[in-house]
Parts: sequence; structure tokens; C-alpha cells
Amino acid sequence: MKILLMCLEFFKTGLLSVGGGLATLPFLYEMADRYPWFTRAQLGDMIAVSESTPGPMGVNMATYAGYSAFGVPGAVLATFSLVLPSILVILIVSRFLQRFQDSGLVRRILSGLRPASVGLIAAAGFGILKLALQIEPGAEIWISWKALGAGLVLAGLYAVFGKKAHPILFIGLGAAAGLVMGL
Amino acid sequence: MEYLQLVWSFFKIGILTFGGGYAMLPMIQREIVERRGWATEEEILNYYAIGQCTPGVIAVNTATFIGARRKGIAGGFLATLGVVLPSLIIITVIAAVLTNFAEIPAVQHALAGIRVAVVVLVGFSVWKLLRSGVRNGFGWCLFVLVFLASAFFGITPVPLVLISAAAGLLSGFLRERSGKA
Repeated sequence: MKILLMCLEFFKTGLLSVGGGLATLPFLYEMADRYPWFTRAQLGDMIAVSESTPGPMGVNMATYAGYSAFGVPGAVLATFSLVLPSILVILIVSRFLQRFQDSGLVRRILSGLRPASVGLIAAAGFGILKLALQIEPGAEIWISWKALGAGLVLAGLYAVFGKKAHPILFIGLGAAAGLVMGL
Repeated sequence: MEYLQLVWSFFKIGILTFGGGYAMLPMIQREIVERRGWATEEEILNYYAIGQCTPGVIAVNTATFIGARRKGIAGGFLATLGVVLPSLIIITVIAAVLTNFAEIPAVQHALAGIRVAVVVLVGFSVWKLLRSGVRNGFGWCLFVLVFLASAFFGITPVPLVLISAAAGLLSGFLRERSGKA
């Protein structure tokens, strides 16, 4: 019944971590200290793996921990337990939103939320920009000119073909450029 | 049929969530807004903001929202299944075979290039969103303030979203009063 305990722990993590994948980290560290499913060192490795694979960190971590502890069924169950609370909450909020979206109050709140969303997305993009250009203030080589060049070429291609070409094509081009140029 | 389309569309979106849920925005615009017409850009922005304040990761919350809008409770579950399926498969494979995956040089180079591509895609997405979602001076002020607070002062999303909601209420109230006066 250890597998049920693990499901419960991931359900709790999913319920209490508000505000994105990094919010799950403190809960995961606590789990590493209390249970034998994974160690703090493995958690550190998983952050690196999470950054190099698609998918939110919390989901990746649940899959990984579940797999190491109980094989494929563990991976599926742990992931499901992690996302279950957010599914339930969103189902409720979404019903509420559909019923009240025409009320003046909700419309006004949303009119403040939309610009804030764009601001948060732009800030996250800015964070990836610093990573992508490998910017290090004060260092001798403080920016990767190769990455900047690749970025400008990709941006030019997007400006011309972006309406027709699928975004995944640009991800593929980026990966190819990274390999060829040794970014 | 639409159940299958939900799973498949969100599966494709899930593959693209390198670097957190925000990176999937270009895919959502393409798959959900432009191709399927399942939601407008305005609705996506609403979902993003609400998803910041409820438990769980943005990618999952947005998927549940759109799935539930289209096909109720089952739709919410299926869209979420689609969005987590790529991670589930990839991480299980990595955990089983490639324990030192993140240290492989080719992976690191490819990833550095993917980051560059993600920046370009997110940059154009933000530009599109600014044109469709921010319509007046009030909106632009909020956008700039939230961007600066998050990018340079490290303020977490939850308080920013709550303050923006209050600002939206206040500005609506003030506009109504000046309209009546």
C-alpha cells in the first residue's frame, strides 16, 4: 500500500503548489527527506532533465519518482495524483466563469487580468532570453554572439514564414542550429 | 471525434512545453485559436491569469480549462491527459535507459538552440497578444508594471495577479462614475 501513500503525497503536492512548476520543489525536497522513493541528489539531476525535456517540472518529477519507486504503474499513478487537484479546481472555476462571465464585476476583473497575463508571459520570455543568449554581466564573454545570430536569423524566418509554418518547425530548426553551431 | 482531437492537439502542445508552461503559448495560439477555433486569445489570457492563482502548473490548468469549455468534465480530463502524455512517455524512457541524459553534449547543444527558438516564438506571441488583449492606456500601464515587477524585481505571480484584478475592478468603477458625472 506504499503506492497509495505516494499517490496521496503527490495529490497533496498538486493541491498546495500554487504558481507553476517551481512551486512544487519545496514539497519534493520534503518528500525526498521523508521517504525512500528518491533522494535530494536525484531531485537535482531531475531538475536538469526537466529543463532538457518538454513538460512541467512537477509532472516530470512525479513521473520519475513514481517510475523509480514502482515502475510504469507508479509513473502513471503519481502523475495522475499530481494533476488531479488542479483538474478538479479548474473544472469548478470554469463552470463558475461560464455562468458569470457576462456580469460586470467579472468582466472588470478580467480586464485587469489580461494585461497582467501578457506581462507575466513577457517576463518569462525575458528569463529564457537571458538563458538563451548566455548573458553573464561582468564576465569577459558576457553574451553568446552565436546564439544572438541564430536568434536573429530565426526571427527573420518567423517574420516571413511564421503565418504558414508550424511553431514546431522552428523548435526543430533551433535544435539543428544548436547542434551545428555548437551553442 | 472531438474527444480524440482534444487529446491529439494537447499532446502536440505538451511536446512543446520546453522551459515551463509559458513556452507552450505559441502552440496554443496555433492549434487552439487559429486552427481549431476552440477559444479566443482573450479567453486564453483569462485562463492563464486564473491558472496562476489556482493549484497546479499552468500547462495543465490551461488544458483543463479549454477541454472543459469544449466537452465538459470528460473534455477537461482528456485535454489534460494529452498535455501530460509526452512528459509521461519521455521521462519514463529516460528514467529507464538514459540516466545521464542531461549531461550528453549533443542534448545540451540542441537544448541551447531550442531555447533560442522558444525566445523567438514567445516574443512573437507576446506581440500578437499585446495587439489583441491590451486595448487602452490602463492595460498598457498594467502590462509594463507587471513585466517590470516580475522580470526585474522577482515578485511572484500570485500577488501580481491579485493586484491586477483589483486594479481592473477599480478602473471599471472609476470609469463608470466619471461616465455618470
